[in-house]
Amino acid sequence: MPVTKGSNGAIKKENSPIDVDKIRQDFPILSRKAHGKPLVYLDNAATSQKPKLVIEQLDEYYRQHNANVHRGIHVLSEEATDAYEAARAKIRKFINAESAQNIIYTKGTTESINLVANAWGRQHFREGDEIILSQMEHHSNLVPWQIVAKATGAKIRPINLTEEGRLDLDHFATLLNKRTKIVAITQMSNVLGTLNPIAKISEMAHGAGAKVLVDGAQGAAHMPTDIQEFGCDFYAFSGHKMCGPTGIGILYGKMDILEEMDPFLGGGEMIEEVQIDSSTYKDPPWKFEAGTPNIAQAIGMGYAVDYLQSIGMENILAHESDLTNYTMQRLKYFEDVHVYGPHGKRGGIVSFTMDGVHPHDIATIVDQEGVALRAGHHCAQPLMRWLNVGSTARISVYFYNTTDEIDIFIHSLDKVREIFSNVAERTV
Amino acid sequence: MSLNGLYKEVVLDHYRSPRHQGKLENPTFEEGGHNPSCGDTLEVYVKLDDDKKITDVAFDGHGCSISLASSSMMTEIMIGKTVDEALELVETFEGMMRGETEFPEEDEYLDVLSMKGVAEFPVRVKCATLAWDTLKRGITKYHTQEKSAE
Repeated sequence: MPVTKGSNGAIKKENSPIDVDKIRQDFPILSRKAHGKPLVYLDNAATSQKPKLVIEQLDEYYRQHNANVHRGIHVLSEEATDAYEAARAKIRKFINAESAQNIIYTKGTTESINLVANAWGRQHFREGDEIILSQMEHHSNLVPWQIVAKATGAKIRPINLTEEGRLDLDHFATLLNKRTKIVAITQMSNVLGTLNPIAKISEMAHGAGAKVLVDGAQGAAHMPTDIQEFGCDFYAFSGHKMCGPTGIGILYGKMDILEEMDPFLGGGEMIEEVQIDSSTYKDPPWKFEAGTPNIAQAIGMGYAVDYLQSIGMENILAHESDLTNYTMQRLKYFEDVHVYGPHGKRGGIVSFTMDGVHPHDIATIVDQEGVALRAGHHCAQPLMRWLNVGSTARISVYFYNTTDEIDIFIHSLDKVREIFSNVAERTV
Repeated sequence: MSLNGLYKEVVLDHYRSPRHQGKLENPTFEEGGHNPSCGDTLEVYVKLDDDKKITDVAFDGHGCSISLASSSMMTEIMIGKTVDEALELVETFEGMMRGETEFPEEDEYLDVLSMKGVAEFPVRVKCATLAWDTLKRGITKYHTQEKSAE
């Protein structure tokens, strides 16, 4: 839907593809106050808030169906198992995976990546093999590879970024060679909002015979995801960033790879037959789900998917693009504010710094105005070094945010100026 | 909880014009500090005389207003103190941040006393204690080295 802008660049509410006022009623936390002011939650890249549906279904599960899965021969266990597997089916559909068996439950994106690095990486990396990742990766897509590289003698090769903060695909092409075993790349930078061309990266990597892992922590929550269109071999994402509970995440893997892959954790649930000195394992995905899983959380994530689909991922993407454009437009008028990352198409994450004020101080001051944003290195220290900053402040929007909230955030920056300009006058 | 308690004029003054900021040539010891939550780093340099009295101290690095002001204030009160007195002051400061102890209301501690407001902002306490904690670690390491040299 085209967006009509008012004279001050504001997006008229009636043009939003979704009814935000109505949606906000679904999120109890959004009506609370912070320091006596209405809460303006702009830290969605860290974690999203939860709709009533998810909260109620967690409650319902523990009140009515709680049992261990795939074990008991009783009514509760059957219900719990059905709900647990039904959620897996919902999540399969959500990302258009080939089958529910491609969907492995983990405790989050971090564990998903660690699973691949440890189970697949240790199996395949030999001395001198190469792992390609990029300067914009979150620590969770860096450190697991570093650990496994150290153990196997593999080397890490980072893709450079362009001036604007996009992947330098020409540089990527020069890094690919027959020693490249895997390309591990983020779908969206959690600092710059950069959206990476996953299908193209997969094609290039596969051309060199390498596998592709995509860190979808900032992706699946915000836009339609078609894993088969991406063509990647692994896709990792978290429930808590998409209206689901914490403690649940997903690893998607291509079936032929999952079948020949060693397990990550051993224990109950993942076995077929156990001898005293050896075991056979279940088929994927259960081969990778040792121990009692996060059952309620998995079911909760399934309901989060239902909720998101009731709004529509296309609509969510459109609304967030509008909010991001609006934020960029408003920030551009301030000479003391510096915004990082691409200025064209980008995700709903805007990192910035202010002259003479440390991001931590920005966060503390706007917090008193009810505005929740993040300040720090955002678990992306190599990127901070590339940007030549110690840290940034960051706002990250979700579909329940409004242009009014962006206005409150913009005004709260005046408070920062007020406090820090007093000093300038005093010391000059 | 009020911002006025946090961003006092004296704090902002130390932030804008930090005392003893920069590298110290030929220090007796130096120690690095790191705040993993924000990525801020700093270096503390200390010069001692033969009686283990601090003759000069400086810090270098980047940080928020609280961290820079606190570093600056620390350097001011440490000069002329013995390492043992310095350790005691660090304990007192860290105690103040936990809301347990207080600095005596003496003139030389007035600036440091203004940091008391930080204790009301738990997420910022680490900013305030970074330099102090780094100094403590530096002194402890120095002691250990001295002992093993003996």
